Amino acid sequence: MSGTHTSGGVVWLGSPAFPEAARSAVADTRLRTNLRKATGTIRDKRVAAAAELDDWEELRTAAAAIKRATLRHLDHHLLRLEESVTAVGGTVHWAADAAEANRIVTRLVRATGETEVVKVKSMATQEIGLNEALAAAGITAYETDLAELIVQLDDDRPSHILVPAIHRGRAEIREIFRERMGEWGKPAPEGLTDDPRQLAEAARSHLREKFLNTKVAVSGANFAAADTGTVAVVESEGNGRMCLTLPETLITVMGIEKVLPSFADLEVFLQLLPRSSTGERMNPYTSMWTGTVPGDGPRAFHLVLLDNGRTATLRDTVGRQTLGCIRCSACLNVCPVYERTGGHAYGSPYPGPIGAVLTPQLAGVERAASLPFASTLCGACYDACPVKIDIPEVLVHLRARAVDAARGGSLPTPESLAMKAAALTLATPRRLSFAQRAGALGSRLLARRGVLRRLPGPLHRWSDTRDTPAPPRETFRAWWRRTRPENQ
Amino acid sequence: MTTSRETILARIGSALTDVPKTERYDAAAISRDYRASHAGGHDVTALFAERAADYRATVTRTVHAPTAIAAALAERVPASLIIPDGFPAQWLPDEGGPRRLADRPPLSVRELDAAAGVLTTCAVAIAVTGTLVLDAGPGQGRRALSLLPDYHLCVVRAAQIAEDVPEALRRLNPRRPLTFISGPSATSDIELERVEGVHGPRTLDIVIVEPTTPAPGEAA
Ligand code: SF4
Repeated sequence: MSGTHTSGGVVWLGSPAFPEAARSAVADTRLRTNLRKATGTIRDKRVAAAAELDDWEELRTAAAAIKRATLRHLDHHLLRLEESVTAVGGTVHWAADAAEANRIVTRLVRATGETEVVKVKSMATQEIGLNEALAAAGITAYETDLAELIVQLDDDRPSHILVPAIHRGRAEIREIFRERMGEWGKPAPEGLTDDPRQLAEAARSHLREKFLNTKVAVSGANFAAADTGTVAVVESEGNGRMCLTLPETLITVMGIEKVLPSFADLEVFLQLLPRSSTGERMNPYTSMWTGTVPGDGPRAFHLVLLDNGRTATLRDTVGRQTLGCIRCSACLNVCPVYERTGGHAYGSPYPGPIGAVLTPQLAGVERAASLPFASTLCGACYDACPVKIDIPEVLVHLRARAVDAARGGSLPTPESLAMKAAALTLATPRRLSFAQRAGALGSRLLARRGVLRRLPGPLHRWSDTRDTPAPPRETFRAWWRRTRPENQ
Repeated sequence: MTTSRETILARIGSALTDVPKTERYDAAAISRDYRASHAGGHDVTALFAERAADYRATVTRTVHAPTAIAAALAERVPASLIIPDGFPAQWLPDEGGPRRLADRPPLSVRELDAAAGVLTTCAVAIAVTGTLVLDAGPGQGRRALSLLPDYHLCVVRAAQIAEDVPEALRRLNPRRPLTFISGPSATSDIELERVEGVHGPRTLDIVIVEPTTPAPGEAA
């Protein structure tokens, strides 16, 4: 059995820099067709779901304000969360980095005497490479989201936050199930077709045994309320409910930025998240639990608070807003670069526009220097983001940092000055529409002036493909206003 | 030796040097100009029924719960039905229909998995989003009861329907385990085609009991 489908860390080891990875992805026409179809469908649904609420902008503004205000007092809210969770029977652990988080979870699983855990989608545990760490300790982690299951069986990597197997078509999924399910547990039924209904049924019966037998679960968290100690997981399939309800021990690994000041704040995020991610008024299931409850669900609850680069991101006053991300994936679905390259090209569990800004900050700009350049700065991601993260602003800021890092931070290069100038522009009022025009213009200008070609290796190669798709003459916002006047 | 807790808190402290020492988190300062409700003056019962049906749940409105429950069971014919403690006896149809199971003493997960269906009440429903919220209260039982059987029949009193998410959260007690249910379980993981029913119940029926029936003697 192969359990090491990813190498751990914010940046997947051995991943090529974005330009190379993007070139081979762009050449894969089937991948592009799958992606275009998928992102197109989801995009339309999201727009309709957001348009249904005439105060969408006010909700976004409130969400951004809550997140930003929370981050300014993150220590206060974390201490409150710790106190609340402890008061209701949970145990809080603090992990400064990936290795420590993995050690904590491994120790907690070992203490139960179990050698298997079920997992429900957690980007944080992908980020820290938990499955590999557990495997090294002789513990098998079973992914239970349908898409994660596909990815795990296939020894693959996720390519989308919400739909990690978005790059796989139904026929491929059938093959993966038929060939691999037996190695992991209950094999796929005889005569399995590629009807999605049958494939879902195969996953249901394959995983049911695991849910009924496994005594330990590892989950992520979408939100945690500091005032009550309530943790929330938002999902569709019910595998989350299985993992959160049936096992005896629940270990939740949560980035420190997920804390919300109060339970009441969920009213904003529960309206924004489902509509932004799947384009539904509400996702099928949301579970909330506050510590442990006798006779219902796990008897032991552990909450692991993970830093792993988040405090470094917090330090950067421009980049800080990135920590408000609620992982809805709306920015992926609207991104012209993501639509062409797919998620793998980003070489990290966090793909797309959010990955382009989050990965370099978590892992260090020098380790993912090409990512901030993986964008056309068209601004579509900012418009789609339910917590109003100004991704173009952060991108430009990180480009300047990447250029500085490449120069060893000494003498500013012409290009670093150009990027810094752009960053300043972005800080002025009316910055969005201006930034978009400047961005579209700037990318053409820079390419024409050959500035990018003077950048270090990966950046140089990126400039080759960068010219291929012509920068849009019309910005996304302009196009939006022209074609859908009803949507603000 | 410094603990990681101290390390992280110290890192946060030094990362936030731009935040004035005297500044405190002020929830009241956050602009909350969004609507308290998107029900827009609609009849909440009708709105909930319509929105829940959008998820392909089957919704029935009734003034007589036993009749509607019996009709749903006659349609779905589950072989067995879990009825959690505290489910209002006056809502139950006369004997007949599926074999009834009580969770007392607690059923094993194998028994839950083998049960065909479950009949529950709920704590709150949300009109705008078509959502049911269970809080493991009377008539609902522990969370696993409404998870493992493939069929879930949920009875909602019209008075339990909140207009929108904010009102629903205010009505709920976060100390209880909460499960928000919006339609049957679903996945769009295969080419983004929505398939109902992965791990949770694949069939969800909802019976709304309207107020002309005397309210059963359970707490709201
Ligand atoms: S950056 Fe915004 S749009 Fe992108 S995943 Fe995060 S919350 Fe969603």
